[in-house]
Amino acid sequence: MALLQTEGLTAHYGDFQALFGVDIELAEHETVAIIGANGAGKTTLMRSISGVLGNAPSAVRFDGVEIGTLPAEDIVSQGVAMVPEGRKLFPSLSVEENLLIGTYGRKTRGHWNLETIYELFPILSERRHNPGMALSGGQQQMVAIGRALMSNPRVLLCDEISLGLAPVVIKDIYDAVPKIKQAGASLIVVEQDIAQALAVADRVYCMMEGRITLTGTPDSLSRDAIYDAYFGASQ
Amino acid sequence: MIWVDTIIQGILLGGLYALFAAGLSLVFGIMRLVNLAHGDLIVMGAYLILLLVTLLGLPPFLAAVVAMPLMFCIGWCLQKFLLNRTLGDDILPPLLVTFGLSVALQNALLEGFSADSQRLPTDVLTTASIQAGPISLGVMPLLTFASAVLVIVGLNQLFYRTELGRAFRATSDDATTASLMGIKTANIFATATGIALVIVTVAALYLGLRANFDPNIGPARLIYAFEAVIIGGLGSLWGTLAGGIIIGVAQTLGAAINPEWQILSGHIAFLLVLLVRPRGLFPRAHD
Repeated sequence: MALLQTEGLTAHYGDFQALFGVDIELAEHETVAIIGANGAGKTTLMRSISGVLGNAPSAVRFDGVEIGTLPAEDIVSQGVAMVPEGRKLFPSLSVEENLLIGTYGRKTRGHWNLETIYELFPILSERRHNPGMALSGGQQQMVAIGRALMSNPRVLLCDEISLGLAPVVIKDIYDAVPKIKQAGASLIVVEQDIAQALAVADRVYCMMEGRITLTGTPDSLSRDAIYDAYFGASQ
Repeated sequence: MIWVDTIIQGILLGGLYALFAAGLSLVFGIMRLVNLAHGDLIVMGAYLILLLVTLLGLPPFLAAVVAMPLMFCIGWCLQKFLLNRTLGDDILPPLLVTFGLSVALQNALLEGFSADSQRLPTDVLTTASIQAGPISLGVMPLLTFASAVLVIVGLNQLFYRTELGRAFRATSDDATTASLMGIKTANIFATATGIALVIVTVAALYLGLRANFDPNIGPARLIYAFEAVIIGGLGSLWGTLAGGIIIGVAQTLGAAINPEWQILSGHIAFLLVLLVRPRGLFPRAHD
């Protein structure tokens, strides 16, 4: 049985429909990448799963439980944490305070705590008392990932964690993914960089205009097939 | 020497205005909610203390302590069940709702307590003074000022030293992302308004001990509070104290020149500060 599953998921912004019946699955210990062009609905899908956007109850299931109508704060407690697009650190908080927010009001058990986050990203330990926004883009992204991990989630949603970062920094960030998996989390990674997505994922979903247009393991997908699914009709 | 005396009295008066303003500043800082009923809530607090004094025979200070948890609950419920529903991208609904609340509160107080002006019973303490050289300092103004400083120190400790304060700041920065991190923002807002009404109770105590009050004086208290918050810079608690002091000093200086100028000179000081520093004295770095 899938750990996390969406079924016929739709999403609207006012009159505009952004998702048209999206079905995806994530198995325990699996990493799934979602690729697609700008405006394909990737971030909307993440916002729907994480509870920022409301859904029909059965549209999202986690561990067999319908979580489609739960508000965001309850979905985190269930064990689905999000690294939001654009990092979204809290400017008034230091690096360490940003991390601590990830555990607010709860006692979580598991591998991740301040110490293990600093082991994962040693640079953050040096800068723990700096304001979050004083860090470089890559370091801020590390804080955003660490903040989400602090709740010891079973599913980590990563929305465009490579956006706007230099290739060498992206490599640093993605180097953490195997360690995150090893600690027991399953991941959904939203990426615009197809090569990066294929490298990290066990399975890939390609989205276009609010629909899943292609799915498969990285080996099974040809470049042409991805190209078609990404941009529509082949050229 | 009389000028030094005037300025010191003004600074102490500023403590009262800072107390009026601290709750407003807290609520605005966390949820960008301008509570137009803030002044009327202060007056309501004063009547609640008066009620406890007359019904239970408590001394005013003890009555205020008893009133604090009640006011916290009122604030919590007010935010959770009414004001939270008005928050959103549009800034108009909270203004309209709190304006309506202000009118409703004034009329309810008028109905319940009549238009007669009231005062909390005073004892020796309230009229005592300390002689510091040539300057005579009233114990009550000193207590007011000390309470204002304590309230602001306390709020700063709460904000920067506690887990709740961390959640306050995170929610203030970005409520959507805060909820993604598991923070129940509706409850954070309710707690903030609850704490604001505890501060309102302190303000109400000194309001009732120092002067007469009646159901209609709320809006004028709101104006002083508002000016103190704006002068200080939105969301800055120490700025709010500075803003209160500036208005207090301007008022006593104005009154020393001509008693008719007392209120007006406070407002003029407010306008002058805005002219020079449109975002207030200590604006937040980001907003």
